[in-house]
Amino acid sequence: MFRNVAELVELAESQNKKISDIMIEQEIEFTGKTFEEVYSQMERNLEVMEQAVARGLEGVKSHSGLTGGDAVLLQKYIEKGNSLCGDTILDAVSKAVATNEVNAAMGTICATPTAGSAGVVPGTLFAVKNKLNPTKDEMIRFLFASGAFGFVVANNASISGAAGGCQAEVGSASGMAAAAIVEMAGGTPSQSAEAMAITLKNMLGLVCDPVAGLVEVPCVKRNAMGAANAMVAADMALAGITSRIPCDEVIDAMYKIGQTMPVALRETAQGGLAATPTGRELEAKIFGVSLNKREDS
Amino acid sequence: MKYKSVFDIIGPVMIGPSSSHTAGAARIGRVARNLFRREPKWATISFYGSFAKTYKGHGTDVAIVGGILDYDTYDERIIESINVAKQKGIKVKFQEEDAITDHPNTARIRMGDDKGEIELVGISIGGGKVEIIELNGFELKLSGHHPAILVVHDDRFGAIASVSNVIAKHQLNIGHMDVSRKEKGQMALMTIEVDQPIDEAVINELTSLPNITQVTRISD
Repeated sequence: MFRNVAELVELAESQNKKISDIMIEQEIEFTGKTFEEVYSQMERNLEVMEQAVARGLEGVKSHSGLTGGDAVLLQKYIEKGNSLCGDTILDAVSKAVATNEVNAAMGTICATPTAGSAGVVPGTLFAVKNKLNPTKDEMIRFLFASGAFGFVVANNASISGAAGGCQAEVGSASGMAAAAIVEMAGGTPSQSAEAMAITLKNMLGLVCDPVAGLVEVPCVKRNAMGAANAMVAADMALAGITSRIPCDEVIDAMYKIGQTMPVALRETAQGGLAATPTGRELEAKIFGVSLNKREDS
Repeated sequence: MKYKSVFDIIGPVMIGPSSSHTAGAARIGRVARNLFRREPKWATISFYGSFAKTYKGHGTDVAIVGGILDYDTYDERIIESINVAKQKGIKVKFQEEDAITDHPNTARIRMGDDKGEIELVGISIGGGKVEIIELNGFELKLSGHHPAILVVHDDRFGAIASVSNVIAKHQLNIGHMDVSRKEKGQMALMTIEVDQPIDEAVINELTSLPNITQVTRISD
């Protein structure tokens, strides 16, 4: 069993395997399930993700009315052909937004690694799909590869916004996505680790400050940026760029930052954007009354 | 290692918007339901920490009631669970608690009917994974690292032996076991951690043993 990214990469490279192979083997060993069982469970998760993206791209609206429809706007913008970032990144962004808008509307999604960050991995996957034309097998492996890195973060740091801030949620998701993109694009396991490190480094310190306590603002747009971040970091790693701080140390730094983060900035809706005048106004509008939360506890 | 399966990370499939506040809450509710083994007539749910601050926005209330109604994390009926409970005549009450708990996402469920009641405390540790830390006033010493079975039983001779026999028969190895009771001859609790995943057949067989009142799987 791998306990950290260094061991994961070592296992893969010494046996000349992919990260996804190592994750599948470990899952079989731990659960006692067959390859087919494990594989088909991931296939079902992939289908849920595909359906969520499709639903979001048709346009959804959350119960609060705070979010929905942005994925559609972005797709229309991409179609005009004048985007600055380029189609692949914006496609990833729009599909990440689509998924998270479905989540905010209490639709069916696959938590990856959490619901609040569920857009990043599928968003990048379905955008990269258009570029790399992967087989279905490669798409399922994308999820195992991202899962392997998420597994390390969950066990050595945190994937919960309440425990570690949004760096632990969207940050983890972005790192997982970056590592999986590298594998799908033909990079090495250690390049996956570099991509994860580069991504997570740029998400450090990200607070969890949901307006009115809803998983909407700023969550939907953070999924967008998480997806873009993952795409850029994957390209950097594939170009041969490395992180000066090893991936495991970045994860450890993230954990320690999360522990020292004030409670007001960890999913309590007491600080950050939630405590802005507009944030409070929206909260009062949605719940009929201001919940009058303390901002400094 | 708190997370053991890749599907703790890529999954669960669930109704949004929050894995810890929605899916985790549904799972805590469902553990309570599984332990109670029938639909309760009333439930009092206390939220602590981040749960108390944000449960309305996250649908934690509908999710935990959905769990009590035995809905899975992806069951779309979760959205309407409070109305369903009302139609079924289940009295549901929510309380926001100020007490500081060890974990930011903590919920206490008390529920019952005219035949009995149950009380448990669960924490939602992220990504939809949960741990039950207290049951009927018994503090649970679960590491969360292994599959575990909780057995509520009457404090009688042979009860522990019969449970461990069933576990041995199914070739499960006990890594840690804890037995506690309120008073001699009264309600007692076995907390059993095993090395292998637990089949439904094991739970069914344990449930049918004499002096056993409630059996449930806690984490797998």
